[in-house]
Amino acid sequence: MMFVPGNNPGMMADAHIYGPDSIMLDLEDSVTMAEKDAARLLVYNALKTIDYGTTEMVVRINPLSTPYGKKDVEAVVKAGVDVIRMPKTETAEEVRELEAEILKVEEEIGAVGRTQIMAAIESALGICNAYAIATASKRMMGIALGAEDYTANLKTQRTPGGDELRLARETIVVAARAAGIACFDTVYSNLDDMDTFRAEVEYIKTLGFDGKSIINPRQIEIVNEVFTPTPKAIEKALKIVAAIKEAQEKGSGVIAVNGKMVDRPVVIRAERTIALAVASGVLTKEEAAL
Amino acid sequence: MMRNTKLTTLEEAIRKSGLRDGMTISFHHHFRGGDKVVNMVVDKLAEMGFKGLHLAASSLSDVHAPLIEHIKAGVITKISTSGLRGELANEISRGLMEEPVVFRSHGGRGSAIASGELAIDVAFLGASSCDELGNACGYSRSENAKSICGSLGYALPDAQYAQHVIVITDDLVPYPNVPMSIPASLVESVVVVDSVGDSSKISAGAIRDSKNPRDILLAKSAAKVVINSGYFEDGFSIQTGTGGASLAVVKYIREEMLARGIKASFALGGITAHMVKLHEEGLIGRLIDVQSFDKVAAESIKNDPFHQEVSAIDYASGEHKGSAVHALDMVILSALEVDTDFNVNVLVGSDGIIRGAIGGHQDTAADSALSIIVCPLLRGRIPCVVPKVTTLITPGASVDVVVTEYGIAVNPARPEIAERLKAAGLKIVDIHELAAKATSIIGTPDPLPFGEKIVGVVMNRDGSVLDYIRNIEG
Repeated sequence: MMFVPGNNPGMMADAHIYGPDSIMLDLEDSVTMAEKDAARLLVYNALKTIDYGTTEMVVRINPLSTPYGKKDVEAVVKAGVDVIRMPKTETAEEVRELEAEILKVEEEIGAVGRTQIMAAIESALGICNAYAIATASKRMMGIALGAEDYTANLKTQRTPGGDELRLARETIVVAARAAGIACFDTVYSNLDDMDTFRAEVEYIKTLGFDGKSIINPRQIEIVNEVFTPTPKAIEKALKIVAAIKEAQEKGSGVIAVNGKMVDRPVVIRAERTIALAVASGVLTKEEAAL
Repeated sequence: MMRNTKLTTLEEAIRKSGLRDGMTISFHHHFRGGDKVVNMVVDKLAEMGFKGLHLAASSLSDVHAPLIEHIKAGVITKISTSGLRGELANEISRGLMEEPVVFRSHGGRGSAIASGELAIDVAFLGASSCDELGNACGYSRSENAKSICGSLGYALPDAQYAQHVIVITDDLVPYPNVPMSIPASLVESVVVVDSVGDSSKISAGAIRDSKNPRDILLAKSAAKVVINSGYFEDGFSIQTGTGGASLAVVKYIREEMLARGIKASFALGGITAHMVKLHEEGLIGRLIDVQSFDKVAAESIKNDPFHQEVSAIDYASGEHKGSAVHALDMVILSALEVDTDFNVNVLVGSDGIIRGAIGGHQDTAADSALSIIVCPLLRGRIPCVVPKVTTLITPGASVDVVVTEYGIAVNPARPEIAERLKAAGLKIVDIHELAAKATSIIGTPDPLPFGEKIVGVVMNRDGSVLDYIRNIEG
């Protein structure tokens, strides 16, 4: 998910050419108070006029408690955004409040249920309520960590190793999995240190995150490299899925691949590997279906 | 002891040259944005009262804005060049001169000089070092070296064919200044001045890799085209430009050369530190250098016998039997505009103002086996893939592939290239789709307010006229 300032038409116009899975146009922190209205208009028109292809479009709105939040919701829902990212989410109640606002606009334009929600958790309270937030709405497609505000709230700062984020990251992954939704890690801002960035992406993939938020197209390649399954892993996953199909057709419950017993978690992991391979473009849907 | 010195003052050298009103004087542009020779000489010619001169430079840039006053005063009444930039270009685009500027490619200029179509009476050639007999180089082996440019490739046709040659240097070295680029046998006078160029503007120091994500995206796509074109095999040859994307292409090609264990026979044209690095690693056998773009390249041409200086004629002239472009496999070029017939404009901006140079574009596109144009679809709000180019510089017949950030288009005349790229998994789009995409994002620009006066004539490299440039109004 690539962050793009909502007040920068040049960057908004072609953010999709770099191939991020999703683009988050930002109306919140990257836009100054004086530019909130102009940025909202720009984002509205970008969503209406630019052909972003199959890229998932997310807009980070201002909190509903500010004078801009409701206007943001109205504009982006009318523009047909895929996902509204709610900043600084602390309680399930806030999510339901946003849901109500979205529904109001959707009813007005006759498109009920179209808009999804992603909640960014950026405080200690938010982490404590992570599961409640993740399950607060059926529109909730994922939760994300916003590390800058979170570390400030914890009265600490970010370090290369990320010890200060450990609990938050693990909590978000666990909450997301328990709720059956996606989870996304926070941004890494030092563009001159791609090695640390790669290490961080590898680390958060190990934790179980589905993706990483990025601030520059140059980070896309590394995220894709880390998240794209290796040819060996894909081959193994395909074998497992094929074996389970065969076993089901024969009515047999337990199967073995290369002499090892394959149980349900292994199958789930294999299916996830195949889905990732398809999403990364290294495997076609036809190949995955074989 | 030297008994037949050619040392003299600029004024005396001009007097001795027999220069008269209406004659043709020539210059090279190896000192690029730091050049002091053109302005210094034309100031002197104005002071001496010359009128109606034809200034034939290999190229002119921002630094030559003082020529505007000399044109207004009638000292210069005609210009031939490869390119124009800055205030001079702006004024000429608005109709400063009565006679149109004649634009030629580097190879086209070489051919015109050799055939006598562009007959040079007096060549004023800046040199980074020279002895008092006239052996001159674009580098120097002395400790007083001031203005190093490397290759003097664009000056060599002038030295060879001009009626009278004056070398102007700021580093007079003891005889014999060998190996030399311009031999004393071609030189009539040697003039020593304080400075021929501002070294900080002659060549870039260390070129850094572009961090612009669009450049990187374009470069990766262009590299994939090169690698899968069918020409990327042991012994291939290549030329690239110096823009951010072109430099980055070299990086990605290098990685693939190492991975596949293949080497290039030569790199041609303007040589950069990137090419020197590959050469020194053993990945490129020879460097054929008409212009050294940075200090690393300028040092390399001085010290490395396999880094060969080449004249503009031997580099790129179409009819010439020794032209290196005839042996060139692939060239990566830039563009201001490409149209749906694959025609390219590298000279006139989308505002109708001249802001570029033909350079070796026509020559390398025509004679290479595969020409690849790397060009963003959009520059800000300016569309770069258009229905029709503002000015025709390189005909579409010699353009094979256009790489943009929105996809790669292959000239329908090269179906085999399209097939190879498709087989490698690259997304090939129709160039009309790219133009339509640009229009869908930006809309259709208003037509440019061109007037009726012809301010420029674009020559093809074979000496025929390709297009006219009219004055821009408003």
